[in-house]
Amino acid sequence: MTVLTFTIIMFFGAYSAGFVGSLTGLGGGVIIIPLLTVLLGVDIHYAIGTALVSVIATSSGSAAAYVKEGITNMRLGMFLEIATTAGAVAGALLASVAPTHFIAILFGCTLIFSAINSLRKKEEHNVKTSSSLATILKLPNSYPTSIGMMPYGTKNVIGGFSMMGLAGVLSGLLGIGSGAFKVIAMDNIMKIPFKVSTTTSNFMMGVTATASAVIYLQKGYIEPGICMPVVIGVLLGAMTGAKILVKANPKKLRMFFAVIIIGLALNMIYNGIVGNI
Amino acid sequence: MEKDQIRDKDIQYVIGNLLRYGVWIALGVAALGGLIYLFRHDQEIVHYGSFVEQDINIFVLIREMFQDVSKGKGESVILLGIMLLFLTPILRIIFSLIAFLFEKDYLYVGITLIVIGIICFSVFFGFAH
Repeated sequence: MTVLTFTIIMFFGAYSAGFVGSLTGLGGGVIIIPLLTVLLGVDIHYAIGTALVSVIATSSGSAAAYVKEGITNMRLGMFLEIATTAGAVAGALLASVAPTHFIAILFGCTLIFSAINSLRKKEEHNVKTSSSLATILKLPNSYPTSIGMMPYGTKNVIGGFSMMGLAGVLSGLLGIGSGAFKVIAMDNIMKIPFKVSTTTSNFMMGVTATASAVIYLQKGYIEPGICMPVVIGVLLGAMTGAKILVKANPKKLRMFFAVIIIGLALNMIYNGIVGNI
Repeated sequence: MEKDQIRDKDIQYVIGNLLRYGVWIALGVAALGGLIYLFRHDQEIVHYGSFVEQDINIFVLIREMFQDVSKGKGESVILLGIMLLFLTPILRIIFSLIAFLFEKDYLYVGITLIVIGIICFSVFFGFAH
């Protein structure tokens, strides 16, 4: 395949990945990996590097809007970034010693988990009280809702912090934003409102991904020729997806894409087991 | 308390803009590099199916990148765009550090310094092993 053909295919592939990623809430990076490895035969290390670069672009782009609206809890993000960046560095160092078929299988499982998790019903909950550690760390805050600023409490800081460490390892090992795990840490474990959890997760992704991207860069995972069409394509696709999301909540579309993504994930697991990846 | 709120709003505004413009500048540079690269190498065959692990110090990488950028190499201009993209979240952290210092919130100055330390660790030790 020539550079020109590859670039054009990648651009449109990445555009669709960004679009689907933003509609399903999975993020474009996670879909770009099976696209590159399964469909275009790109080595998984290059795929991971490329995906991580696009994670930085899309998360910073969308985080900008949420930060301005004041939904993002920047102290919470900063504190939990200790766990995610440490995890990400460990994950990135692991990526170079872990066998590729192991990475492929783990990636497939993570993708299936995230896809199923994205279909889960989200309920906005709000606790009033906070644990003492959360208060010391000044984590409880308030966020804008339709009825004005709503204060919220924060629970189980240690549990959330540990889950964030795991999210960081997966991010560094697989080149993904691991938004699903970050949201579980904040929403399910720390009992932070869903909207705050998702936006803060997005806010943290750039820093987390950069911590491992620096290692990827030095190991040659980041190939400019692949990154260029992918990063631009994913970002434009994500922006289109976000515009559509504002207009409607395409529930059936989400279901449809989740099924396709699970199919791709199973394909990766199969290829990992038989040793094609 | 009221004063803190106003300050938080300012910080949110600056960080929001930093992230937005950082991404657009980075992608603009990468796109420019992409055009140069495509113009010169469009008919070459890609070899992305096999991966060779490298072990290059980031500072060597940056020096080589700037040398090649001055020669007008498309791939290096793309890499420069990618580096600018990495710089965006790093600048965001440095800005947070300054903001926490102004607020005299030393607990969070410490927390921010730990995160910066972890990133420095990956910059300096990511290649050596």
